[in-house]
Amino acid sequence: MFNKTPTTAPATAAMPPGQQALAGQGIGGALLRHKRLWLALLAWTITFVIFFPILWMVLTGFKTEAQAIATPTLFFTPTLESYEAVHARADYLHFAWNSVAVSVGSTLLALLIGIPAAYSMAFLPTQRTKGTLLWMLSTKMLPPVGVLVPIYLIFRDLGMLDTRTGLTVVYTLMNLPIVIWMLYTFFKDLPKDILEAGRMDGASTLQEVCFLLIPLTLPGIASTGLLSVILSWNEAFWSLNLTSSRAAPLTAYIASFSSPEGLFWAKLSAASTMAVAPILIFGWLTQKQMVRGLTFGAVK
Amino acid sequence: MSTRASGRTVGGLRSLSLQAPAVTLLLIWMLIPLGMTLWFSFQRYNLLMPGMEQFAGLENYRYLLTDPALWSAMGTTLVLVGSVLAISVIGGTLLAVLYQQEFFGRGIARVLAISPFFIMPTVSALVWKNMMMHPVNGVLAWFTGLFGLPAIDWFSSYPLLSIIVIVAWQWLPFALLILLTALQSLDDDQVEAARMDGAGPVAVFFFITLPHLKRAISVVIMIQMIFLLTIFAEIFVTTSGGPGLATTNLAYLIYIRALLEFDVGGASAGGVIAIVLANIVAIFLIRMVARNLEE
Amino acid sequence: MKLTRALPLATLAAAIAAASQAQAQTEITVATVNNNDMVIMQSLTSEFEQAHPDLSVDWVILEENVLRQRLTTDIATGGGQFDVMTIGTYEVPIWAEREWLVPLTELPADYEVEDLLKPVRDGLSHDGSLHALPFYGESSMLYYRTDLFEEHGITMPEQPTWEAARDWASQIHDPDNGTYGICLRGKPGWGENMAFVSTLVNTFGGRWFDEAWQPQINSPEWQEAIAFYVDLLGNYGPPGASSNGFNENLALFSGGRCAMWVDATSAAGRLFDPRESDVAEVLGFSQAPVAVTPKGSHWLWSWSLAIPASSERQEAARRFITWATSQEYIELVGEREGWTSVPPGTRTSTYEDARYVEAAPFASFVLEAMQNADPTDSTLEPSPYVGVQFAGIPEFQAIGTQVGQMVAAALTGQMPVQQALDSAQRSAERTMRQAGYYD
Repeated sequence: MFNKTPTTAPATAAMPPGQQALAGQGIGGALLRHKRLWLALLAWTITFVIFFPILWMVLTGFKTEAQAIATPTLFFTPTLESYEAVHARADYLHFAWNSVAVSVGSTLLALLIGIPAAYSMAFLPTQRTKGTLLWMLSTKMLPPVGVLVPIYLIFRDLGMLDTRTGLTVVYTLMNLPIVIWMLYTFFKDLPKDILEAGRMDGASTLQEVCFLLIPLTLPGIASTGLLSVILSWNEAFWSLNLTSSRAAPLTAYIASFSSPEGLFWAKLSAASTMAVAPILIFGWLTQKQMVRGLTFGAVK
Repeated sequence: MSTRASGRTVGGLRSLSLQAPAVTLLLIWMLIPLGMTLWFSFQRYNLLMPGMEQFAGLENYRYLLTDPALWSAMGTTLVLVGSVLAISVIGGTLLAVLYQQEFFGRGIARVLAISPFFIMPTVSALVWKNMMMHPVNGVLAWFTGLFGLPAIDWFSSYPLLSIIVIVAWQWLPFALLILLTALQSLDDDQVEAARMDGAGPVAVFFFITLPHLKRAISVVIMIQMIFLLTIFAEIFVTTSGGPGLATTNLAYLIYIRALLEFDVGGASAGGVIAIVLANIVAIFLIRMVARNLEE
Repeated sequence: MKLTRALPLATLAAAIAAASQAQAQTEITVATVNNNDMVIMQSLTSEFEQAHPDLSVDWVILEENVLRQRLTTDIATGGGQFDVMTIGTYEVPIWAEREWLVPLTELPADYEVEDLLKPVRDGLSHDGSLHALPFYGESSMLYYRTDLFEEHGITMPEQPTWEAARDWASQIHDPDNGTYGICLRGKPGWGENMAFVSTLVNTFGGRWFDEAWQPQINSPEWQEAIAFYVDLLGNYGPPGASSNGFNENLALFSGGRCAMWVDATSAAGRLFDPRESDVAEVLGFSQAPVAVTPKGSHWLWSWSLAIPASSERQEAARRFITWATSQEYIELVGEREGWTSVPPGTRTSTYEDARYVEAAPFASFVLEAMQNADPTDSTLEPSPYVGVQFAGIPEFQAIGTQVGQMVAAALTGQMPVQQALDSAQRSAERTMRQAGYYD
């Protein structure tokens, strides 16, 4: 495939960054085509290297255990053997549904709480606003394991161990600081006059938020939500420790395949592929949306 | 910045009521466990020794602060955060410039290149450990074998480097995504004008592209810092903090105290120290970055 | 916490799902290790559910370290998330003493308690009553490849020594062709590398603690044993040995990568099964090697099923564990999976069963190893603790974990042996002092 380029080093040297404008100037067609080719080769080689572990994981999932540890090759007869073995061990859909319910639920909840908070920070700032924002972000820097025992005791008393509700609440709080901060940057960039005009027409705060703010910043809100879904889906500490079976999401599913019993590479790959496939496809489909939102706010 | 006459007080009140749910929830989320953590940190409390709980004063802190593992863990944390940040910011910027060029299949290449960000940390650690870096069956061992070189035993010979590689693999795509987005809003006319004035590509990069990316880079640093300070799954899956203490960061050290030794008192003291450190970082670094964002 | 409880959106999803699966049955949650025998147990769930139509079983299968951490957190805080826990000989007496486990008295007559092997039964009892039922039991022994030994003209004596083992490993070691002299545990953890290292230290004449509970980790015996281990595994072991635990080594040995392997007897069934192992035809076994003393040269362990006192479904859980550790279950596995796959090391009747003895040439050997491992007298010099490859005190988990890390550091050459053991000794002393064993 694309990794067979022994001359990537010269290509890098020949192609300093920021050369794209040359294309528009149309200097010497042949030279340009030549450069284009090298550029494509370089870019695809890097892409291949970055993507390779994922590709390899997916491929290994379709091998037999013997093929999985044989000399690496890209060509083999695919088999569903490992998927069958994995399927016999655990009910994938049960775990997947928990992942979907918890990550979507917590994201909606975080937006519901985060939008009013970000609104007030962006449009009605006080001296404490920046401090509050920083403090919220700093709550994320505490290693979760430090508070596991207290949280475990609280959850036990509230009957929230191994429930989707419990996990949803934890994820909401976990993502809230990031959500608020991102929304804040989006809201802050909105021209003040627009909201001001609405207020002149006698709109209440609620109307203002629902009919002006949200529609105007929808791309930003969407990309915040997408990020929150991804972070919740991939969280592996709370999900492993606060659930056992009923509410266990895909991160717990993977944990049961994480150490070998005999030959296990193909089974591990199959299980991993199934665990990441939904979020990976989700990410691919929504990445345009995510980018559009980001352009709009934080990283403009 | 309310423009109306009574803006200040009205704004204050309204902002209070709107922020209330979020702030209250976060306060509860922070304060109840924080309170309990503080309380436990002054207790002799081991999960395996019920009924032995008693006030321990500063015992847990003394024990922790005299533990050589603590200082080594802090060093490891800094090295880990620093190197991953450096890799993802520098690498992310260069790659963003590259993926900004026109080339065949650019859309697909971009999507593939940001994919690692969507992968669960546990899964990526497992894949790297068992399929890439495994000294017998790994792809890298096979690759070095092609050149007749001996296989590298990554997790024993270069434990911290291996962790850095895995973590950077996950976070570089995030930086790429953000920086690429930012690059798309770069004003072409400005670049064009600079070129007309005879600026070479390198000059354009340093004097136009990079300043334009300043804010996006700040965002990358800030968000990643938050996650990198508490890196856990990658270490847990691959090296379990070893060999020795080579890959034990602060989060992992607290994990060892809390869940391998079940010393809740000691782990809580570690948690308190981590909170203090987080706040120091928050005060200095985030403030620095935040200033950048305000512009 | 009113606020968090009243969150409508969050509960919505949960409510819908809960409503859709009405519960007519008692559901029990079983937490277990992802070892092969337990995976078989899980695959036979439907058999159990057919025989007990009012019960259904949910499984939580985790890696050993994660499992231990999850279970300890849950049981110590009374979380009640699990109805059946898979724990070992180390935990049972400690947890039973804290009244965390339901005592298993008045077992049904057809369970035949007396049939359980005595050393295993003793290990799972506290104050004269059983607190867990053994699922499988094991000692440790030496596995080797008869073809490679013949090729090099080596004959295995009845009781090999470690000195000889090193010699053989150096002869057979051929890394270029993917054959390594010896595979041993290197992955840090008190239940991983330290289980093996403890037996090695025992046979070199060392011990974990002296009679005043003073850690002995930098004693000359330890230094000699660890230096030997580092030399042996470092020079004649597979690459990446410091991340190999039981399961990784099982994969390596059954894939024909190791000439020798000293580990759990419970691996024998799988190694002798041609469907699972490339070396089934050329597999030899012998007693675990010795050095200065035979005392404590092989361990004694059993994975057992226990019911936490915090479980709300104790009766159902009791029905499950008596089924999973019964003669009937062993019979079922024998018929379904083949007799080499039955859970070993728990019942005398297994070793009297002609079908098992015939299928498993190692049967009587394992039985003998288990019977002559004595947890109360496993060190050359007297020691105050019970346990061959561990010391039966709650602090041991912490100490074993720390020492395990240091031994792994010595193995990878990050630290010289002496320095690693000194540092391990210091941290063990700190832990013991903090626990109040001495000032």
